[in-house]
Amino acid sequence: MTKFRITNINVWFGDVHSLREVNLEVQSNEILSVIGPSNSGKTTFIRMLNRLNELQLSFRMSGEIDLDTLSIKKVDVEELRRRVGMVFALPLPLPLSIFDNVAYGPRMQGIRNKTKLKENVESCLKQAYLWEEVKDRLNTSAFKLSGGQQQRLCIARTLAVKPEVVLFDEPCSGLDPISTAKVEEAMLKLKQHYTIVLVTNNVKQAARVGDRTAFFLNGELVEVDQTDKIFTAPGDQRTDDYIRGKFG
Amino acid sequence: MKRNPQRTQKIAFFFLLLATLLIIVPVGLIIVIIIQKGLPAINWQFLTDMPRQGMRAGGIFPAIVGTVYLVLGAISFALPIGLLAAVYLSEYARANILTRLIKLSIVNLAGVPSVVYGLFGLALFVVFFKFGASILSGSLTLGLMILPIIITSSVEALESVPQSFREVSLSLGASKWQTIRNIVLPNAVPGIITGTILGVGRAAGETAPILFTVAAFYLPQLPSSIFDQAMALPYHLYVISTQVPNVDEKIRYGTALVLLFMVLSVNLVAVIIRYKFRKLKKW
Repeated sequence: MTKFRITNINVWFGDVHSLREVNLEVQSNEILSVIGPSNSGKTTFIRMLNRLNELQLSFRMSGEIDLDTLSIKKVDVEELRRRVGMVFALPLPLPLSIFDNVAYGPRMQGIRNKTKLKENVESCLKQAYLWEEVKDRLNTSAFKLSGGQQQRLCIARTLAVKPEVVLFDEPCSGLDPISTAKVEEAMLKLKQHYTIVLVTNNVKQAARVGDRTAFFLNGELVEVDQTDKIFTAPGDQRTDDYIRGKFG
Repeated sequence: MKRNPQRTQKIAFFFLLLATLLIIVPVGLIIVIIIQKGLPAINWQFLTDMPRQGMRAGGIFPAIVGTVYLVLGAISFALPIGLLAAVYLSEYARANILTRLIKLSIVNLAGVPSVVYGLFGLALFVVFFKFGASILSGSLTLGLMILPIIITSSVEALESVPQSFREVSLSLGASKWQTIRNIVLPNAVPGIITGTILGVGRAAGETAPILFTVAAFYLPQLPSSIFDQAMALPYHLYVISTQVPNVDEKIRYGTALVLLFMVLSVNLVAVIIRYKFRKLKKW
């Protein structure tokens, strides 16, 4: 089933043309990896999907993005962001306790019931493989956690809103290999219930976890295909060069 | 002669240190002199009694009370308006002519001499609105004067909250207002408090804005409503220093010491609050 249908997207920031004529579909319950050198438009692309680009004053766009056949412009933006969650490049806990970080999203929806919140927080922390490490200190500041733990906390926080899609924007760029492995493990597990779009600078990570891989270059989508195919027999010479590390 | 970078550095450091010490010296001297000359006047009666014998004896209680009233009045007017304006400017305002006009007005408001505020308050509050010379008129005038301080420091505090916190909150489906209310404002509180306290200090110490709008030369009783005139410490100090002959020096310095102590202790409270918040929240 198609989760996102992206049609003829163009994006400008001021005079900079950041995305050019991007056409792409994201399927339900897949992990779509998005790779490409920096400044290729990867991050701009996923920030389109939860309309976070609109915070920039110089942002302009054309084209259509449909979520389950309905244009995301027609969905209430708060509802869209609840349905399409996001984990950022750096671990960004809010200056609250561990518990309050995870409970933040549900509380903003007006959920005040303490038992409900507790259940939700626990199950999300378990899904993010963090529960065992923090269950005895839920009320301490989230800043006391290590970088890898903070990033898993951010994943739990995103899940607590019960999204359908989770966008990962280079979630492991600041993490050590062991933390990275834990985050990847969580992503593979999450795939059963969520659609995942993973932007990554790490080509090997795309190969490890992505079902399909999209390659962006200078704001253009060069190609998108099954991950195996992209990494063994890419259709475009530029993809081949990038994967082999000839530039980037 | 060959240049010796070590020595150049030492000389530079020496002058930097000298300049810094020059800041401490006058502050220290002011405090020492005022305490030395004023402390003998301070006793329970001085703080709680009415002025007597044409203000040459007795206490300064009505002036203390008046200053407290005026400061509270000014803050309760300027803080809500200043804070709301700051939230608008930092979170909602787009970069357009109106915003630029508002920011320009604030800068200019901060640059207006305080005696002009006094005249303005006289024309607008005392005469036009017919509040008369009263605590209300004085508070509003002082409030206007400290508005730019509160707005500027609050905007700074709000803008220093990392943009990423806002993005995280919005990405979790919170509305813009929820984000401001739950994430931005709480993290800006220390800065906002600092600005407010700076405003308090300013409002407590200014003479010119209250000169025409509220301050009384001498009142036999305490003000009973916001439409009454009041005495105030800075104006009282001016009166007993220049208008009334033969006032004992220690009474003058004692009054100055009380004023100084009030402003400094308010500042101290601000420092403590900020320190506590900083310990609580780290990022």
